[in-house]
Amino acid sequence: MELRPILATLRRHKVILWLLMLEIALSCAIICNGVFLVAQRLQHMDMPSGIAEHELVQIQQAPIAPPSDRYARAQEDLATLRAIPGVQAVGMSNQVPFGGASSNGNVMLSPTQPHRTLSAAEYFGENLVQTLGLRLVAGRDLRPDEYVDADVVIRELASGSGKGFPVPMIVSQALATRLWPQRNPLGRLVWLTPTASFRVVGVVRTLARANAYDTATAQYSMIIPLHMGADKDQSYLLRTRPQDRQRVLAAATAALKRADPTRVVTHARTYDRIRSDYFKDDHATAGMLVSVIVAVLLVTGLGIVGLASFWVAQRRRQIGIRRALGARRADILHYFQTENFLIVTFGIVLGMVLAYGISLFLMMRYELPRLPAGYFPVGALVLWGIGQLAVLGPALRAAAVPPVVATRSV
Amino acid sequence: MFGYYLHLAWHSLRRNRVLTALMVLAIAVGIGAAMTTFTVLHVLSGDPLPGRSGELYYPQIDPQDARGMMPGPMPPEQVTLIDGMNLLRAKRADRQALMAGGTVPIQPDASSFDPFYVEARYTTADFFAMFGAPFLYGHGWSGADDEAHARDVVITRQLDDKLFSGADSVGRALRIKDTTFRIAGVLDDWHPNPHFYDLTTGAYNYYEQVFLPLQTALELHFDKNGSNDCWGNGTGGMQGGAYPSATCVWLQFWVQLDSPAKAAAYRQFLVRYSEEQKALGRFQRAPNVRLRNLTQWLDYNGVVPGDVRLQAWMAFGFLLVCLVNTVGLMLAKFLRRAGELSVRRALGASRRALFAQLLTESGVIGIAGGSAGLLLALFGLWMVRHRTSDYAALAHLDPAMLLVTFALATGASLLAGVLPAWRACNVAPALQLKSN
Repeated sequence: MELRPILATLRRHKVILWLLMLEIALSCAIICNGVFLVAQRLQHMDMPSGIAEHELVQIQQAPIAPPSDRYARAQEDLATLRAIPGVQAVGMSNQVPFGGASSNGNVMLSPTQPHRTLSAAEYFGENLVQTLGLRLVAGRDLRPDEYVDADVVIRELASGSGKGFPVPMIVSQALATRLWPQRNPLGRLVWLTPTASFRVVGVVRTLARANAYDTATAQYSMIIPLHMGADKDQSYLLRTRPQDRQRVLAAATAALKRADPTRVVTHARTYDRIRSDYFKDDHATAGMLVSVIVAVLLVTGLGIVGLASFWVAQRRRQIGIRRALGARRADILHYFQTENFLIVTFGIVLGMVLAYGISLFLMMRYELPRLPAGYFPVGALVLWGIGQLAVLGPALRAAAVPPVVATRSV
Repeated sequence: MFGYYLHLAWHSLRRNRVLTALMVLAIAVGIGAAMTTFTVLHVLSGDPLPGRSGELYYPQIDPQDARGMMPGPMPPEQVTLIDGMNLLRAKRADRQALMAGGTVPIQPDASSFDPFYVEARYTTADFFAMFGAPFLYGHGWSGADDEAHARDVVITRQLDDKLFSGADSVGRALRIKDTTFRIAGVLDDWHPNPHFYDLTTGAYNYYEQVFLPLQTALELHFDKNGSNDCWGNGTGGMQGGAYPSATCVWLQFWVQLDSPAKAAAYRQFLVRYSEEQKALGRFQRAPNVRLRNLTQWLDYNGVVPGDVRLQAWMAFGFLLVCLVNTVGLMLAKFLRRAGELSVRRALGASRRALFAQLLTESGVIGIAGGSAGLLLALFGLWMVRHRTSDYAALAHLDPAMLLVTFALATGASLLAGVLPAWRACNVAPALQLKSN
């Protein structure tokens, strides 16, 4: 296919050419960045929690009047829940991965350092490793005799005495690697206050935080053996088979109400619900971005159809003459297809520059990472495809113009 | 003349229905998407208390120890109970209120109702007057009631409807967590968005249903919500009933200052207070104070979700694509009618007249596209309302945004018509006629 006649024709339709290129460039920029943003959201929504998500249900309850002994009440409740048929394990926690409401501690590697090393999630509660289905990769689980009542610890902390410390704890692998790169974390000490020290006795592979906003720090977690008293902020966690979840939830709610009719069960839900609630905004944004991308493609495609149709109609006579001079239908078809390919290519080149600019802007405004180079070909391929698809109809119509048109006046 | 142009435009648009539909559709979807996202952005970045926000300030002081567990030079975003009470009792502002959020169980008298939990705000007397909360019945409590730990409560209209079927319940009893309170007032509908006075409990669509004196709530050990930050050996009230310790910030303190001069004086007072506390040995750092007004406080907290801005930008980009697309299609359309336009020129129509005629045509497309876009925006907002985001329920089109929609649609399509109309009315009539 000879390109020169096409370029010569395009030079004579500069305004429309520029408009088309501008539209394609804008589309290209939006698609590159949009696809990247969607991919990021999907990746974020796919963040591992490290727990047996489909086998867990959560119940939160609040008594109207506080029980005389919150710790005894918690143990009674756990026993009640353990007796429910179909329940494989029962645990209690002050937070759950992606639960939103979080408890975090400032981790220090020495009691005298002036600033914290980092902030990590503090999981307090009973039987978490077994109930959540965490994978121990080093060391051991916490032993029942290592648990202390939370009140005792709070009192010790308030008095500033270091009595009872160090307390054993489990850390996530991500936290261990960050604090002691390439060294064995077992047996090492961290401080959460100048007097409260903790010794690492086990490492779990993954345990996400309740407020995992930042992917880099989302897996920094610690499990500390504290008995928590029954109150509205604690969660009872029940492990069961996926198909038993609804039944176990209903039975557990009823059993807790039976044990204390005045209490209010504030939450009774599957862990899947918690996860989808946490990522609902990402889900909505991803959905919105996908709709914009589809709409941009549609509008651009229809725009190309409209302009190509106009061009074909305008050049009916020339097409007739070419046909009369011996051009085959395929030549006419290829002419319009090549023309479209050229225009789209110009547009894409312009669009890449624009896409990069938008990416820089988004980086500054929203702390997003730079648009990876891999996304540029995505936009280009999609637009080439859309362009060819859109021009096919008008090009076929052009190819169908009979040579006899050349001899007519209009 | 305009009527005639409209007539011509109508004819021309009808003659080429597919192209017309394409142009109207492009403008409609562009406007629809842009207006949906702009409306959400507009609603979320709105002023929660129009007319009052300029006089409301959020003082910040720095009571942390010298070790500085929290990095960064900014003072904490809340106050400790001690500092909060000190500043409250100092009464250096026109009005001031100290507060924290919580959750309380309501135990209705009627046995048909199970007890239920509602969001509560524990605060002090000036809260209602300072934030202009409207009373349907009764009124708030007094400063003396604060100090006396009065069992007074203000409930919302919603709770009044639920418990007392909307009757004037002032003076009646309400059992909250096994304690009997007296209803002092019923608030009319009041939904400040963002929930500016305590962003830690939820920024949007978060409404308390009961308001009660802070010191009463503390005495009764009512549960607290929201965040706390501690330093030293402080622990953040890990267990119900235990409040965060003295080295934790967990309350919000707001003041009303009626003039900039008073604001400047208050800032001085905060510095003096910090120096005083340092002299007493409570504070260890040099005075580090901030006094942001409501708007600055919302900006500082970046309260509008970044996603919402991102969506607005994307939709704006899409609108741009739609407009360029319309310019292209309109240009193609007008140029195709070069013959017809030349005839009109040859018959004596001036360039201006042709220009006006073509612009009328693009204006018609704009209004049609704008109307369709408005419907799409209403549909889009309906979709947003059915999302599960916290702010979803707030997504409603207000009259201002309605006007903006139409102005944007017509303005954009007129703008899109200028270039094609100018090109089309510049064709040389003789050349065009001859070529036919």
